[in-house]
Amino acid sequence: MIDTQVLLNGIVLGALYACIAVGFSLVWGVLNVINLLHGSLIVLGAYLAHLAFTHLGVHPFLSLLPVAVVMFAFGYLLQRLMLNRVIAEPVLVTLVLTFGLDLLLYNVMVLSFTATPRRILLDLGRIEIGDVVLPVDRLAATALAILLTGLLYVLLRGSRLGRAIVAVRMDRDAAMLMGIRVPVVYAITFGIGALMAGAAGCLVAVVFPFSPGLAETFLGKAFVVCVLGGLGTVPGALAGGVALGMIESAFGVWLGPQNATIIAFAALLVVLLVRPTGLVGRAGYE
Amino acid sequence: MREATIGDSRHRLAVALVGAGVVLVALLPWLADNYAVRIATMICLFVTMALSWNFIGGYAGYPSFATAAFFGFGAYAGAILQAKGVPMLAAWLAATALTAVFSALLGVAILRLRGHYFAVGSFAVLELVKLAASSWAGLTGGGSGLNIPILAGGPDFASRVFLYAMLALAIVTFAVALLVDRSRLGFGLRCIRQNENAANMLGVDVDRLKIAAFVLSATFVGTSGAIYASWVSYIDPTDMFSILMTIKVPVMVLLGGAGTLLGPIVGVVAFQLLEEKIWSSFLEIHSGVLGLVIVLLVFALPGGLLGLPARLGWGRAAQARP
Repeated sequence: MIDTQVLLNGIVLGALYACIAVGFSLVWGVLNVINLLHGSLIVLGAYLAHLAFTHLGVHPFLSLLPVAVVMFAFGYLLQRLMLNRVIAEPVLVTLVLTFGLDLLLYNVMVLSFTATPRRILLDLGRIEIGDVVLPVDRLAATALAILLTGLLYVLLRGSRLGRAIVAVRMDRDAAMLMGIRVPVVYAITFGIGALMAGAAGCLVAVVFPFSPGLAETFLGKAFVVCVLGGLGTVPGALAGGVALGMIESAFGVWLGPQNATIIAFAALLVVLLVRPTGLVGRAGYE
Repeated sequence: MREATIGDSRHRLAVALVGAGVVLVALLPWLADNYAVRIATMICLFVTMALSWNFIGGYAGYPSFATAAFFGFGAYAGAILQAKGVPMLAAWLAATALTAVFSALLGVAILRLRGHYFAVGSFAVLELVKLAASSWAGLTGGGSGLNIPILAGGPDFASRVFLYAMLALAIVTFAVALLVDRSRLGFGLRCIRQNENAANMLGVDVDRLKIAAFVLSATFVGTSGAIYASWVSYIDPTDMFSILMTIKVPVMVLLGGAGTLLGPIVGVVAFQLLEEKIWSSFLEIHSGVLGLVIVLLVFALPGGLLGLPARLGWGRAAQARP
């Protein structure tokens, strides 16, 4: 059944996209910063997993944990030392700053890892049910992506820290009056964004070939997912991710991958104009 | 009235400085080699783009990333017309008109968005136009690009023609910027930047002014794209719709000082010369150095180069209205 295949491909791709975008969405929603660095952070995570795999023989699903910790520290410091200083400036300033940082990181990655595409080949075989074929490595990456995204949801909903983040997202000034240290919450949130990017990078390394140039593609996906689903929430990123996965999988079969991307961006524009809060977003919740 | 007199002295200074720059650039082919002429042509190109972006991004405070979309649109419009046999000058003018119409239609749609949403909307526009240009192979040549007939008369002649074309365009854009800066339009746009809701309530026709600013930010960029296409005689989607270009323009304006008349020009000249220097000295790490410069700029020069005298306490002349 070609249709079941298309549907499953869409979900598998969608879960990965959700994981790619959720950190970006959180940073945008809570800090009101469009983090142009996000794509490069994903690629950086992928390279770290690749290094651990080739030099130390560590399985990428295991190296995910230390990579996530390193990326969190990196993101936390970046926000603490640099972004917090200009967080009150107009949109353009933070955008330009993250763009400059992105250029820097990109250049460092090209110098240290070269531009040759890499990939971690696990070769776990595939599952066949009737006509439907799914590679196991891709399936495992999807399951982990859903797990990570779910953990973030639990963190935001269930913990004191998560509630503080949500509070800052809803009303920064009120949160400050309630005794929440907003700059710290900002730094932690940016750290979580970087953590999710790094973890997503470890998963991506198993599924796609990657190179520093792919950062732009990931960033583009994150944009589309965020706007389609709604900003700053985990369910929004999931809905947006699955929507984008479905669009790419379905239109990719019917019209070719190039045109599927056109449809995805057209959908983004339409959603922006008709329902700026996203598919599952709530009005006034920003 | 006090505002008007301050404005006038500011304008006189700006016009005098720009006039001196124009004379220098116009005499350049007799003073320096073709390399310098090339840099000057690029500077004129980016002056046009920066002054144009300033209408929407600087005066109205709408962070537009559609600049490269209009540049590429103008380039393709001009190139396709020229490839079909339309004379060069007519193709440039037609490309200008087409870009203006295109931007007006777009503006009606995406100017309802604000802040980050507008920024993303304009990014999406850039991406869509780029994808359309690479998919619609029958018209645009797709990913393999499009050739434009090379201007007859030899490289020296051609380099002068395109220098003067870009210079003339930059002068026209500056003149329009000058007019807008002193007109009700410029005043209205500044009101929108400060508080759009208040401006709306006080009777500023917010929607019309924003669309006017958006069309102004696109029209001459379209012309510059068409001139650029004739100049380099080969275009393809990745070069014409580059994200780097679309972000470089606001960076230049910020470097000079946003929402002022001279700021974009100062920023472009400083940035282009700097970039040329970085390119030639650090080929391997030029994008990293560029990134570093941008990061330093954000922290060290929040008001741009034009804000520097005021920060150092040299009087208020160059200080932009906040």
